[in-house]
Amino acid sequence: MTSLPSLPTPKKLGLVIDLDVCVGCHACVVNCKEWNTGGYGSALSDQHPYGADVSGAWLNRIHTFEVKPEGGEIVAEAGEARIVHFPKSCLHCEDAPCVTVCPTGASYKRAEDGIVLVDEEKCIGCGLCAWACPYGAREMDLAAGVMKKCTLCIDRIYNETFEEVDRIPACVRTCPANARHFGDLADPNSAVSIMVAERGGIDLMPEQGTRPVNKYLPPRPRKPLSAIASMLHEAEDTADAKGFFAWLDGMLDRL
Amino acid sequence: MGAEPRVALSQPIADEVRKTTCYMCACRCGINVHLKDGKIRYIEGNRDHPVNKGVLCAKGSAGIMQHYAPARLRAPLLRTGPRGSGEFREISWDEALETATKWLGEVRARDPRKVAFFTGRDQSQSLTGFWAQQFGTPNYAAHGGFCSVNMAAAGIMTIGGAFWEFGAPDWDRTRLFVMFGVAEDHDSNPIKIGLSKLKQRGARFVSVNPVRTGYSAIADSWVGIRPGTDALLVLSVVHELMKARKIDLDYLIRYTNSPWLVIDAPGTADHGLFARDADDKPLVFETVTERAVPAGSKGARPALSGSFTLPDGRRVQPSFHLLVEKYLDPKYAPEAVAAETGVPAAVIRGLAAEIARAAFDQAIEIDQPWTDIYGERHQSFVGRPVSFHAMRGISAHSNGFQTTRAIHLLQVLIGSVDCPGGFRFEPPYPKPLEAHPTPHGRAEHFGSNKPLSGPHLGFPRGPEDLLIDEQGNPSRIDKAFSWDAPIAAHGMMHMVIANAHAGDPYPIDVLFLYMANMAWNSSMNTAGTMKMLTDKDERTGEYRIPKIIYSDAYDSEMVAYADLILPDTTYLERYDCISLLDRPITEPDAVQDAIRWPVIEPDRDVRGFQSVMLDLGARLGLPGFIGPRGVPLYKDYADYIVRHERRPGIGPLAGFRGREGDRTGRGSANPDQLKRYIENGSFFSAHIPLEAQFFKHANQAYQDFAVKMGFFDTPKPVIFQLYSEPLQKFRLAADGLREPAAPESHRERIKAAFDPLPDWYRPLEEAAVDREEFPYHAISQRPMAMYHSWGSMNAWLRQIHTKNPLYVPGAICDEQGLKTGDWVWLISRHGRIKVEIQRTDAVNGGTIWTWNAIGKRKGAWALDKDAPEGTKGFLLNHLIHELLPPKGDGMRWSNSDPVTGQAAWYDLRVRIEKADPGKEAEPSFPAIRRPVDLPEPPDELRYGQEWAR
Amino acid sequence: MHPAFSIIFFTTASGLGYGLAAMLGLGVLDPASLSTGIAYLLALGLIGAGLLSSTLHLGNPQRAWRALTQWRSSWLSREGVMAILTFIPLVVSAWAALFERSYLPLPGVIGAVLCAITVYCTAMIYASLKSVQAWGTRLTPVCYLLFAAAGGATLATFFALCGAGAVRSMAFAAIVLIAAAWIAKLRWRDRLLAMEPLSTPESATGLGSIGKVALLERPHVTENYLTREMGFRIARKHAAKLARLAFGLGGIVPVLLLVAILVAGQGAISIVAAILAVLSFGCGILVERWLFFAEARHAVMNFYGQ
Ligand SMILES: Nc1nc2c(c(=O)[nH]1)N[C@H]1C(S)=C(S)[C@@H](COP(=O)(O)OP(=O)(O)OC[C@H]3O[C@@H](n4cnc5c(=O)[nH]c(N)nc54)[C@H](O)[C@@H]3O)O[C@H]1N2
Ligand SMILES: Nc1nc2c(c(=O)[nH]1)N[C@H]1C(S)=C(S)[C@@H](COP(=O)(O)OP(=O)(O)OC[C@H]3O[C@@H](n4cnc5c(=O)[nH]c(N)nc54)[C@H](O)[C@@H]3O)O[C@H]1N2
Ligand code: SF4
Ligand code: SF4
Ligand code: SF4
Ligand code: SF4
Ligand code: SF4
Ligand SMILES: [Mo]
Repeated sequence: MTSLPSLPTPKKLGLVIDLDVCVGCHACVVNCKEWNTGGYGSALSDQHPYGADVSGAWLNRIHTFEVKPEGGEIVAEAGEARIVHFPKSCLHCEDAPCVTVCPTGASYKRAEDGIVLVDEEKCIGCGLCAWACPYGAREMDLAAGVMKKCTLCIDRIYNETFEEVDRIPACVRTCPANARHFGDLADPNSAVSIMVAERGGIDLMPEQGTRPVNKYLPPRPRKPLSAIASMLHEAEDTADAKGFFAWLDGMLDRL
Repeated sequence: MGAEPRVALSQPIADEVRKTTCYMCACRCGINVHLKDGKIRYIEGNRDHPVNKGVLCAKGSAGIMQHYAPARLRAPLLRTGPRGSGEFREISWDEALETATKWLGEVRARDPRKVAFFTGRDQSQSLTGFWAQQFGTPNYAAHGGFCSVNMAAAGIMTIGGAFWEFGAPDWDRTRLFVMFGVAEDHDSNPIKIGLSKLKQRGARFVSVNPVRTGYSAIADSWVGIRPGTDALLVLSVVHELMKARKIDLDYLIRYTNSPWLVIDAPGTADHGLFARDADDKPLVFETVTERAVPAGSKGARPALSGSFTLPDGRRVQPSFHLLVEKYLDPKYAPEAVAAETGVPAAVIRGLAAEIARAAFDQAIEIDQPWTDIYGERHQSFVGRPVSFHAMRGISAHSNGFQTTRAIHLLQVLIGSVDCPGGFRFEPPYPKPLEAHPTPHGRAEHFGSNKPLSGPHLGFPRGPEDLLIDEQGNPSRIDKAFSWDAPIAAHGMMHMVIANAHAGDPYPIDVLFLYMANMAWNSSMNTAGTMKMLTDKDERTGEYRIPKIIYSDAYDSEMVAYADLILPDTTYLERYDCISLLDRPITEPDAVQDAIRWPVIEPDRDVRGFQSVMLDLGARLGLPGFIGPRGVPLYKDYADYIVRHERRPGIGPLAGFRGREGDRTGRGSANPDQLKRYIENGSFFSAHIPLEAQFFKHANQAYQDFAVKMGFFDTPKPVIFQLYSEPLQKFRLAADGLREPAAPESHRERIKAAFDPLPDWYRPLEEAAVDREEFPYHAISQRPMAMYHSWGSMNAWLRQIHTKNPLYVPGAICDEQGLKTGDWVWLISRHGRIKVEIQRTDAVNGGTIWTWNAIGKRKGAWALDKDAPEGTKGFLLNHLIHELLPPKGDGMRWSNSDPVTGQAAWYDLRVRIEKADPGKEAEPSFPAIRRPVDLPEPPDELRYGQEWAR
Repeated sequence: MHPAFSIIFFTTASGLGYGLAAMLGLGVLDPASLSTGIAYLLALGLIGAGLLSSTLHLGNPQRAWRALTQWRSSWLSREGVMAILTFIPLVVSAWAALFERSYLPLPGVIGAVLCAITVYCTAMIYASLKSVQAWGTRLTPVCYLLFAAAGGATLATFFALCGAGAVRSMAFAAIVLIAAAWIAKLRWRDRLLAMEPLSTPESATGLGSIGKVALLERPHVTENYLTREMGFRIARKHAAKLARLAFGLGGIVPVLLLVAILVAGQGAISIVAAILAVLSFGCGILVERWLFFAEARHAVMNFYGQ
């Protein structure tokens, strides 16, 4: 199973993440943890949960970057630094290096929908797939000794015990800012594909040749207020209150 | 290639789902709690819930870890060692309640004011307030005084409602949204949902905030203002809009006191007050007949400018005339305020232009005829789709009351309050000032073994309503409603411990606290506060604050400083009531309330605090809690929620009233009410008819609806008070022209802060310190994934914020040779802290900031003694003093807004010095002991492993 | 990358083991000598210890057999398969040497080739990871192979001294191989130092079109699996020092000792020199391997501001 599907998968299920609206609230992070502990595979354990060097396995994490313009876009008012909150989980790559390096076949990409999964029964916890992933999308569960990764909530999206609307990943359902979208990126008419086309969705690290399915919508350019300062044309010379009151009288007559 | 493994795709989530209300913060979202084998498997947002519409934030999603946290208290505790030692013994509930009854009952008979009852993150203030009133102490308040009273008071006094939970932007229609000083707020999820809608529609979002994280990060325009100067920015926008004639005169005439005539008689007791007729109705000047008539007279065309003489000879001017003269002054021109605010003139002008464009060029209309309170029929609702929101970045400054008023002024001038696309009221607001009580707590209001004669909190209409004695001394322990803070509408919880310790204005015997971490993150001068709590009276050898009763659910820092602990349940184990009588969860379009219920049974000897209050009330024999024969009136809180009536037919919950459960708002008690709520997802929602949805302050259909719902017994329209007469009355008292006159010591201060028209003055700490010695601002922000101090015991949330760095602007780093990871001393007039820094450039150049309440006292919260929260995390609170620097006469004011008493957390001024690398942040306090030998927290968590598939 | 001791030890020990086994397989030592048999045992021991150590870092070692299934795509799987395959001719050869005192050319040569392939597979595990740019070069397997051969030759020199064969030619071969290995390694390191990073914070986030990207807040404050595994950082100054140490211990010192043996020929002093050469070389390689990991930067660190 370690080989990638020989044909392009008919469906390419994945996420589209809108960096223009992500406020960095970590809702998707915690809800993902909550859904996936006690769900697919072994629990997402935490080491020293109340201790000094607390850590745990998470399938989705938010980084916060500061971006300083360098002759690029003029942001804010005077080229000031800008902050971008940046969610990151498995991108379900088409050329997933994490799959091909796996010695046991535990790591695989589903032929049907392209979801990259770990079969924990087979995983020996060698960690090589985590090394192979340039995005840091795989984390070892130290208690179970197996590799964990985003499952695209496979136990939700096909779950027939759920209402239709809820057959979406936990992180998508919970995101208060609606910054996460789920769909089939192989279908050019899907909502996510249209979004990607309209907003110029991008790949992360295209140079790694992984061909990620997940896409990121870049932040929209900012609109400086100073640019419209001149629009507030002054009706009359009103440096003093007198002029204003004269206008006021005129206006009140018209009301 | 072998076959792909089979994956269990269609497993049900769990055995059962129970719907209740989240309380990982005060947003109060609806949650579906999925239970499996009697344990919580998953918590998700309730899609049908009007607050969160299915989404759930990080905190809400970590409910499992909150509920099972090892820091949960397990049984009532009685202190055995010295205060602060953490030495307790477990006692039975009977002993606990008897002890409390004895302590409280004795004082109630002797001198009830010597019990001070203050509640923190309380969502049952209508019960706790009622209880305190029946108990009879004048000393009750919740946490509003250190939180957001500036918002509430300024909003209610100006427009009859406030940003703070009493209104919301019209997210679906607004074209321009301007947000001042908000990092997260109580409307956590609704704001995010709303911002996302704006983005989708291409509406513009402007964030005014010294720091550019979170919401500000996604704003279309970021205005990185210098802290404490927002009023200048806003009034400069007002100046520009006036000059450009971009104001809504029709709106001003209809809905505001702009035409009301202000008496111009300097040196007299009437100066600056409204001229009124014999029926006390304010007068306007009718331009056709050229005489003064009562405001609201049918067909009158009132003047907005000019000077007139009334028949009795008094000189008067429409208040708008004063307003125009004031704000057209060139001192409000963008160029004039640019340096002080740090906002370039072109940006201010651009903001004004954008506001004008959206309000006047993009006005929207909803085709829905409606009738105003004057009986005039309108064909449609016309909206000026500009909305505003503001919170603690404005509120937590000592000029925050006036700044908030300035923002409301701006809203009203462009006609955007409660219109389509504007800021909209959430019922039961708007509510005019007159509909609020005046405060009670003067000597004549209380006495031995009797209830207080009226509610504690309210709004003084003038100095005559202050809670002071003959000599002008405060009658409340926190000095709320005294000359120090005349309109302290929410009390001043942040002053209670300091005042009680100093015996100023008098000592107290029992301090009763609920859900407030006063020994740590909710106090200023944290180290000092801990000392005050442990200080003993040299003569008697007794603690200065002799008895402290405290209710918490977790082993917080405060626990070790109390004598008797009443352990609460977690939010999933108790009944709660989110009531219209309290801080409701209503929305502009719907009246809503909600409950919590025990979706899981407690596994410890703990009790819901509200039920404990009812029990205590009965044991103390308080009226309202026992029946005629001394029998307790209520079995428990659930019983109270259903049967208690505040006024006939009006109870804590508005939904499913009446015997059949078919009445809304008013109706007799329904024994099945809670069941109906639970079936409905634990909330109730009643839609406001479209005709009543806008201009509620002056909409007849809404006013009728409000009466029907029981908010009021008669219609209570609101006239917006751009010019505030109550403030002027305090000024007159400060001039010695009105009784009671302000004491000499307070006069200057009151004159400076009580301008009847919104204005800016320098924040008090900034004005008092040497600005070169302390050149920078230091502020804190709420992290979205943590709620004050109560997330660190949560194994998941604490991984996100295990410690907090001090964020220092690049310019300061370059000047001082600092880089990320360096240690610094951050020094204020009051103290210094030693912490690690992180450079940032997305911030106002003079503003240093950090996340709030991540730093923890070592040993608390069932965390390891070496946990980074305790060793590296820190609070700014150590640097903030509860008092301002002494004045020439040795007098020290509280570090609060002089109008409302709002704690001025964000006035803090600092300097920064490079320090030697350290191992631990300073100051460092010895670890506190866990109260009793609770089981050791586990070293590894595999929550849910038994369900793995 | 985190220099995990189990893996460093594994590659060092198994490299030496396979190198020696390959030398033995080529029949450079006298099968009649007991020390040849001991050499076989040592080779097997080094390989075995290395493999054992490599399973130490597995989360579920009891399922290690599964690692043999994906040889079509996974270099780690190939390494496992090859390691096992290699054992067959090795054991046969070792049996022949120990009990028959004979050299079997067919299993010997096959064994030697398989040793090389196994080492190659090990190297390719690293070299095939695009995410670790420092490793992604043909020089990586070249270095691994040459270091294995050099180690094998140095060990063989020792056994030759113990009576199993032609000391001078063995020492000479060792010198040549060590020199070749270090030439390759120095070129490898030059590449590392000159490398333009393939991925940057800008390409990792796609935010390069706005400006320069710097981390403000990491997702979780404390260390996590990724930062522990991939986030190891060593100061350039220390790296340079350690590289010199590795070169000294793994290159200069053994070469000097081997030259001494070349000059001195058979004798007790040479034996001591050979032991020292082996130990020094081994230590040098441990340092070299440590650096191999410690200096390699993983692409994920673009998200962590390192
Ligand atoms: N430097 C600085 N200081 C600040 C602020 C700031 O911005 N900067 N903000 C201020 C503001 S606005 C506020 S509101 C305060 C907040 O400060 P606090 O009101 O002290 O809030 P918390 O830290 O959440 O503490 C509340 C206590 O309630 C307990 N608790 C949690 N759940 C329950 C429960 O179910 N039942 C009971 N009985 N107890 C429970 C917690 O364990 C905790 O001890 O902080 C203030 N302090
Ligand atoms: N996740 C989470 N949610 C919470 C809480 C929590 O602890 N955690 N606490 C709850 C409570 S009690 C409260 S009171 C609310 C408070 O909610 P917020 O009002 O969002 O409170 P803060 O985080 O203090 O945010 C204040 C913002 O004002 C900015 N600021 C500071 N000074 C100024 C100024 O002079 N001018 C302007 N324009 N901005 C300024 C700061 O940079 C910061 O972004 O949040 C509530 N919601
Ligand atoms: S993101 Fe990483 S783990 Fe996910 S498919 Fe791509 S390479 Fe594999
Ligand atoms: S850790 Fe598990 S999934 Fe990853 S490569 Fe090793 S065996 Fe495969
Ligand atoms: S799709 Fe599911 S598993 Fe993946 S990040 Fe979202 S919640 Fe986590
Ligand atoms: S939940 Fe949405 S807004 Fe919050 S961090 Fe995740 S993607 Fe961003
Ligand atoms: S905002 Fe989050 S923590 Fe607050 S009530 Fe809603 S879900 Fe709970
Ligand atoms: Mo607050």
